[in-house]
Amino acid sequence: MSATPPLPRWADLVLLPLINLAAALFVCGVIVWFIGENPFDALAVMFKGAFYLFPDSLGYTLYYTTNFIFTGLAVGIAFHAMMFNIGGEGQAYVAGLGAAAAGLVVAPYVPAIVAIPISVATAALFGAAWAFIPGYLQAKRDSHIVITTIMFNFLATALMVWLLAGPMIQPGQQSPQSSLIAASAFLPTMKDMLALVGIEIAASPLNLAFIIALLAMLVYYILVWKTRLGYEIRAVGKSQEAAKYAGINVPRVIIITLAISGAFAGLLATNEILGVNHRAVLNFTAGYGFTGIAVALMGRNHPIGIFLAALLFGALIQGGSELDFEFKTITREMVLLIQGMIILFSGALAYMFNPPLARFLARVLPGKGGNDD
Amino acid sequence: MSAATQNPTSGQNAARIALELKDVSKSFGLVRANRDINLKIEKGTIHGIIGENGAGKSTLMNILYGLHRADAGQMYVNEAEVSIRSSADAISQGIGMVHQHFMLVNMFSVLENVMLGSEGGSLLKDGKKATLKTLQHLADNYGMTVDPYALISDLNVGMRQRVEIIKALKGGADILILDEPTGVLTPQETKQLFEILNVLREDGVTILLITHKLAEIMEITDNVSIMRAGQMVGHRHTADTNPQELAELMVGRKVLLSVDKGAAKPGEVLLKVNNLEIYHERGHKELDDVSFEVRGGEIFGIAGVSGNGQTPLMEILAGMRVPSAGSFEVLGATVSKGTPKGPKEMRNMGVGHIPEDRHVHGLILDFEARENMILGFQDADVAGADFLFDSASITQHCQEQMDHYDVRPANPFLHAHSFSGGNQQKIVIAREMYEKPRVLIVGQPTRGVDVGAIEFIHKQLIALRDAGCAIVLVSVELEEVMGLADRIMVMNDGQKVGIVDAKDADTNTLGLMMAGLTSGEAA
Amino acid sequence: MIDFLYQLLLTFDATLRVATPLILCAMAGIFSERSGVVDISLEGKLLMGAFSAAAVTSVTGSPWIGLLAAIGASVFMSMLHGFACITHKGDQVVSGLAINILASGLTVVIGIALFHQGGQTPSLFGDQRFRKLELWFTDTFDAIPLFGTIYRELISGHSILTYAALLAVPLASLVLYRTRFGLRLRAVGEVPEAVDSAGISVSWLRYRALIVGGVLCGIAGAYLSISHGANFVREMSAGKGYIALAAVIFGNWRPVRALLACLLFGFLDAATPRLQGFEFPLIGEIPSQLMLAAPYIITVLLLAGFIGKPSPPAAIGQPYDK
Repeated sequence: MSATPPLPRWADLVLLPLINLAAALFVCGVIVWFIGENPFDALAVMFKGAFYLFPDSLGYTLYYTTNFIFTGLAVGIAFHAMMFNIGGEGQAYVAGLGAAAAGLVVAPYVPAIVAIPISVATAALFGAAWAFIPGYLQAKRDSHIVITTIMFNFLATALMVWLLAGPMIQPGQQSPQSSLIAASAFLPTMKDMLALVGIEIAASPLNLAFIIALLAMLVYYILVWKTRLGYEIRAVGKSQEAAKYAGINVPRVIIITLAISGAFAGLLATNEILGVNHRAVLNFTAGYGFTGIAVALMGRNHPIGIFLAALLFGALIQGGSELDFEFKTITREMVLLIQGMIILFSGALAYMFNPPLARFLARVLPGKGGNDD
Repeated sequence: MSAATQNPTSGQNAARIALELKDVSKSFGLVRANRDINLKIEKGTIHGIIGENGAGKSTLMNILYGLHRADAGQMYVNEAEVSIRSSADAISQGIGMVHQHFMLVNMFSVLENVMLGSEGGSLLKDGKKATLKTLQHLADNYGMTVDPYALISDLNVGMRQRVEIIKALKGGADILILDEPTGVLTPQETKQLFEILNVLREDGVTILLITHKLAEIMEITDNVSIMRAGQMVGHRHTADTNPQELAELMVGRKVLLSVDKGAAKPGEVLLKVNNLEIYHERGHKELDDVSFEVRGGEIFGIAGVSGNGQTPLMEILAGMRVPSAGSFEVLGATVSKGTPKGPKEMRNMGVGHIPEDRHVHGLILDFEARENMILGFQDADVAGADFLFDSASITQHCQEQMDHYDVRPANPFLHAHSFSGGNQQKIVIAREMYEKPRVLIVGQPTRGVDVGAIEFIHKQLIALRDAGCAIVLVSVELEEVMGLADRIMVMNDGQKVGIVDAKDADTNTLGLMMAGLTSGEAA
Repeated sequence: MIDFLYQLLLTFDATLRVATPLILCAMAGIFSERSGVVDISLEGKLLMGAFSAAAVTSVTGSPWIGLLAAIGASVFMSMLHGFACITHKGDQVVSGLAINILASGLTVVIGIALFHQGGQTPSLFGDQRFRKLELWFTDTFDAIPLFGTIYRELISGHSILTYAALLAVPLASLVLYRTRFGLRLRAVGEVPEAVDSAGISVSWLRYRALIVGGVLCGIAGAYLSISHGANFVREMSAGKGYIALAAVIFGNWRPVRALLACLLFGFLDAATPRLQGFEFPLIGEIPSQLMLAAPYIITVLLLAGFIGKPSPPAAIGQPYDK
């Protein structure tokens, strides 16, 4: 009787993540209470702020969600190949360079219908390229992907600071940022797009990139579960030995997976650079790449899960900014804490609650065990 | 301080039974690895425990050594009840263990490895001196000489095992457990090991020898206990039994010496192997100048103690490794270092491969059955005609194969790890036979497979042979090779010892060949 | 020429200052990684240590209590790491990342709650910091040409924590290679099964390795905020934990070599501002970003086997499951 009974599938996919989330929020709540505020009030403020406090609240939330979808998909696809891409931050950063370059070099001469796809594709391509190198080094030279991608985050920062303060700086300006890209490469805002079909919404940074993110989810789903490449990626992730036996070129699959991962991360630049900033700026990735890890972990590398987790983090960021106005002692940095706790509980401690939950369920659901092991 | 200083005959009060188990049971999930085990081991004897792979021997040893904890039952050391919850407990009870997979730190010297766990103080200096003394003592008394400052990574397998034995004995263990100690040894090394064991026995050390090799049991043990499917099925004095009886007890049925099959009708040569060689990463030859031919319509068996070059040979023939030298011609194509072919190309040419270890190579345990049914054939039409997979076709294909090969439960959506060993193997066989290979490389086709499935699998292989396929069969089960194969090649130390006709082969000849003692060509 | 040498001397002096936290963190990293636990959480422990040192010192006025607090906080983070990846066998990288992000969040959240200064801690003055120690005979040696200057500028005049960092290296070597604890620690990072079968607890060994790492990172953190700096500033670890990790790899998980790597990385950092606008013959000015990125580039090249072959502990990153 000492062995843990298997957890039913639904509990593994739904209940366990929720318990982990609750545990993370509980610990954060204790910290909030400890510094003298009411955690339930804080939660209420965040919820309101994320969804309906102002007309544009939801727009902001979805705008942040967009970023998290991209980085979550990036981490998720790499996880399918059992590769830990911790470098989404750097890949997105360098992709910003690509987006801005396309917006500066190509976009002035073409209409939006051409400029936008080219700029989006360039962003993805730059992200892919920045992930390709660590992927190549892992596959062919056996360098650990985690360390290499961490190093590439720092290299991306150095590269961008150098470019934006030097060669790419806007002429006649002091602050490190590029010139404005051509308007034809601007992604239309959601407000403008919906206005075309007669729907009025409040102005917010939410833009076409959100639609791109939804499409990316679809592409991800088809790629992973419905294509040969996806099969090969998952086979490599589950068993490199068996993949080799099956004639799969394991190094090639690893490199391709990392490049795709980098491309997903790179799409973040469409939201930030093409959609909002309209120029290459410093630090626009703002930790989204790292949060993508939490998103993928919570979302169990499935697009639906990733979407829900991205929405959660989008709401946390937007709702968290309301904390600044409502409370004296807690601020939006609270979100970082929550994020850390979520990574801890949904990631590192993901299975802490598994055995007790499994035992509990085995007791309350008699006769249901054993047929799904 | 060492085993040698203890003399079991010195006191009349000394316990006669060194180790006893009463009703010990252990389960892993749904698998009952050990059931109601009872065992008595007399002091100063070599006691063999024999059983097939998967009979539960290793689990039992791990319980004795505190690496696993029994779910039920009692354990007695020197006739006093003990509770062994960790290896530290076992060590303090005077139990030492030589593991099948060596527990040695390759980067460390022999001295450091031996010291580990008995450093004799928080600084290493004094402990080093004491350990050097122990090493000298063991060398003097048992001939277990080893350079204390050599790095483990520079030692050969026999020496590494010697270090393991020294580790087990250093603290004065008087019960020594050896788990499949000869699996990786050459015959000479085995001989040396047995000499050491005999000396230890004379010194009063109780030795527990776990093995699946009958010859070793007969050669060295005083008593033997036989395990089958997690249970003890018999205890014998070695002098009162014979290999035939032990084998029957182990297998639980009359040993299947001949598989029901007609005479082979060999056709043209489909596989011709010319002087194949491959080097291990660490430099020695894993495969040394091996040549043979296999014709369509025959089963070419390869016998040998595991680890004598069979695995690299199969992997080369399946395209998973590239030979260092030599070549092979298969179905009209030549494969060599300069013209390698990968597993995919080999499969496309009509070479099937049932790998030795289905858990490592043959299946992806976390994949559904239907996904496993196309492993290696993911590019075939059955998976879908274009870039996208055809989910319905994949499911249907799997369902058909499961029905045809009687895989139970016949549910394509179940993950591979949910099937029993026999049914997992059926999935692999169904997959590899579906495209009607003209050459089939088969490794350990019935390892960990239940009796019913064994017969089924054997029939499938013979049917494929009769359909004209050239089959290369590798198995550590000598009876299986003798029963199935039409011709048998024996391998030893990476080399071909010889090839004999199956109808002329007997265990004795093959055994001598496996030990590398005769070439068999004269026979 | 004299001026150049003096500048060089000052650069070496600055190198030591920059390298102090790197050395301490690198030694911490060596302990946890040699025990088989990946430690990307050096960064978070460093940050937590820096915050706790500054916060407690500003409340109590004693840098020694601050130092203890830093050690305590950093060890706490270490234990969290251990709880996740030793006790619960969680992914070590994920756990380390969680700790880094937690540290970013906790330091600011608690900092704002306590001090209301946007995440900073109040400035420390005078004896509230570990200041430069003037070693013995500095004045006497001044009389000796060259040596006197070197003694005054380079050897003397550092924080006690810098000397502690330099002392940590031979100590780490001693512990790793000459003690029972070190032998077991190195073994557990290579073949944990061997340690387990020798009757030694794998978990407890790894926990102890993490505790040592926590202590060292705590000292490093205290150096940042109450010795080198005079208060805690958000994200003041600024990637130093990761550079230390790079130094561990560059040093092939060995204390003395890691020290050299830290000094090299520290020197690059210290030389960067001094080389601003300096035209090298033939190559011209080196962008400061390139200088700052050098540790990362070197590490990537090293890991890829272009410079030597790294030999990480064999069992690193794998939770022990018997």
